[in-house]
Amino acid sequence: MTTSPPTTSRTRFRSLVRELRLRVRIGARAAWRHWRRSLQLRVAIITMAIAGAVVIVISLILFDQIRSQQLAAKNDAAVSQAQVGVQYARNQVVAVPSGDPRTIREALQRTVDELQTRGGSAGRFSIVMINRDTTTPLAQPSFSGLTTALPDSLISSVGEGTQAYQYAVMPTEAGDPVPSLVVGAPVPSQSGTYELYYVFPLDQEQRSLDDIRSTVVTSGLALVVLVAGVGALVTQLVVSPVRLAAQTAEQLASGQLERRLPIRGEDDLARLAGSFNRMAASLQRQITQLEDLSRLQQRFTSDVSHELRTPLTTVRMAADVLHSARADFPPDVSRSTELLQTELGRFEALLTDLLEISRYDAGAASLVAEPTDLGALVTDVLTMAQPLAERRDARLRVTLPEAAVIAEIDSRRIERIVRNLVLNAIHHGGGGLIEVALAGSKTAAAITVRDRGPGLNREEALRVFDRFWRADPARSRHGGGTGLGLSISREDARLHGGWLQVWGRPSKGTQFRLTLPLQQGVELEGSPLPLEPQTDTDDPYEIVAGPPAAAP
Amino acid sequence: MIGARSRVLVVDDDPSLAEMLGIVLRAESLDPAFVADGARAVSAFREVRPDLVLLDLMLPGADGIQICREIRQESLVPIIMLTAKADTVDVVKGLEAGADDYVIKPFKPIELVARIRAQMRRTDTDHPESLAIGEVTIDVAGHQVRRAGVPIQLTPLEFDLLVALARKPRQVFTREHLLQQVWKYRHAGDTRLVNVHVQRLRSKIETDPENPEVVLTVRGVGYKAGPP
Repeated sequence: MTTSPPTTSRTRFRSLVRELRLRVRIGARAAWRHWRRSLQLRVAIITMAIAGAVVIVISLILFDQIRSQQLAAKNDAAVSQAQVGVQYARNQVVAVPSGDPRTIREALQRTVDELQTRGGSAGRFSIVMINRDTTTPLAQPSFSGLTTALPDSLISSVGEGTQAYQYAVMPTEAGDPVPSLVVGAPVPSQSGTYELYYVFPLDQEQRSLDDIRSTVVTSGLALVVLVAGVGALVTQLVVSPVRLAAQTAEQLASGQLERRLPIRGEDDLARLAGSFNRMAASLQRQITQLEDLSRLQQRFTSDVSHELRTPLTTVRMAADVLHSARADFPPDVSRSTELLQTELGRFEALLTDLLEISRYDAGAASLVAEPTDLGALVTDVLTMAQPLAERRDARLRVTLPEAAVIAEIDSRRIERIVRNLVLNAIHHGGGGLIEVALAGSKTAAAITVRDRGPGLNREEALRVFDRFWRADPARSRHGGGTGLGLSISREDARLHGGWLQVWGRPSKGTQFRLTLPLQQGVELEGSPLPLEPQTDTDDPYEIVAGPPAAAP
Repeated sequence: MIGARSRVLVVDDDPSLAEMLGIVLRAESLDPAFVADGARAVSAFREVRPDLVLLDLMLPGADGIQICREIRQESLVPIIMLTAKADTVDVVKGLEAGADDYVIKPFKPIELVARIRAQMRRTDTDHPESLAIGEVTIDVAGHQVRRAGVPIQLTPLEFDLLVALARKPRQVFTREHLLQQVWKYRHAGDTRLVNVHVQRLRSKIETDPENPEVVLTVRGVGYKAGPP
């Protein structure tokens, strides 16, 4: 059995409703977006709403006044005409002798006919005469059906002996009932009290009111549309230069520094364009100046590099020749050549680092990135650092993942970072365990280097990447570094779009973490390794690259 | 080469450095010749006929890279550049112009001598050995490389690079490994040396250097020889 038809149709209906709801939601969202994005649309709609409200209120008031004035005029005319008629009817009725019903009827009929022929300022009308005493014969009404249509409330008011009027829908000779003004008054006589009713149809007034209404509505609508159009036009006049300015600003921001706004006339927008252009010109001037400065700095760096390095090479070689012959010299001279040799080494390292950092300052550092196995890189650095670690009683332990971590890097720079971190850990770690870990995710790689040295407090951790900053000024010169290593490392990491961060606690040691994107140009979102070292646990993939731990 | 002192042409405009280089080279039993003017470098090269050229990249009057290119056009002699800058495009340009290696100022004499020795002590075997990668055949003892029978001129370094790859056809060589084996670097070197020389080698031995068949790239690792 297949699903029964009602269920299917219900399901279909439900899905239809769902789709409809979805479409409405999408449409609403699009409209909302449009509303938020287009100043022009917003101004047009707001103007239209305000103009619409004002037009509606004004037309209502206007219409109401026209109507009441028209009705009041009609009313006055109708009432005075009815009074005249009633007076005439009274005179006629009084003159009729009581008794003979035929004479009475004839007299009444004559009166009604007479009244019917009289015109007046109140326009067309019909007349009905009734008597509460049903036995009394009555005159024919202007046409049949009028008598029964008289409103009861009016009849009862007239029955109390006063003249009264009321608006009611009354039939006409043509048949279609129309709104009418009905005026009634008692006509006393010897043969009983008659009541005379005047029915003034208001169809003409209705028609003219309808005409007025449609005119008001049409002109109101036209006015609203006009106002909205004017609003849109005015906004367009203001918005289009603003849009042009926004577009030009975008172009400026994207590097097209020669872009300017056209200036037309002398109005506010022209002034805006003028100041915008002045701003752009000043920006362009400053950027060009900065670029010139940067170029100058680059040339300076390159010149200094060459000019300093050539004599330094000669000095270095001379010192080396002297140093290798130092055995033949008297002790003082021999020691001097040794000092010359070591200090030249320091001088060289400092010069190299200074030139490197000034290259970064000049924005002249370029990245030559290639896919590189980070595991091999880390292992190489540790192998290189091993002799120094042994001399300093430091144990090196490395944790590598099973799968190779390959990242697009400039291996020279990254190796320099890792070497720097490992050598720093050996120098400042106080001879303890140094843990190096590598991990990779789908998008990033991380290398952490942790020592168990004196650690860093908060303030020190903040300053550790500052140039020439040293954690402990007292033992500053024993470290052997130039004081620029971490600054350069940080710049190297930045050049790769990576992070170099530090974690430190007094007496808990220090951990540096280098995070690199696997592909150049990809923004880092996180690091595969935590910045804060976790509690020491044995890792299954641990490779011990240092001498085994001393027996407890 | 045994017996005769190897001649080294030093192209450098700094007199003190040139003299110091002379002292160091002579101490190593090498025979230095000097030229300070870049414009005269190529003619001096023709006169001296050195076994190796030490070329300062920044010379007044002439472009070191241009000199490098001109020497390479007429000779396969090893060229070592002396440069003050390591990570500029100049180094790559120099390597592309035909230099075999470079040394960054300031360098230690021992480092310079090691680089010179590495360039002069190229593969020498007496017993005949023949290798092949695709259409390329290598006569190791005769220092001859042919592609489909046509001889190809390779510098000693390029020859060594090709032989190193061809001798172990299945092995993938990392750049570091090649630096050690071909350039005789004992510590980490500049892997751009390998990249540039592989490009130069490919431009000589491949039919289409854009789609190499003899020297293949193994992404993320290094290079290996194509199928024999």
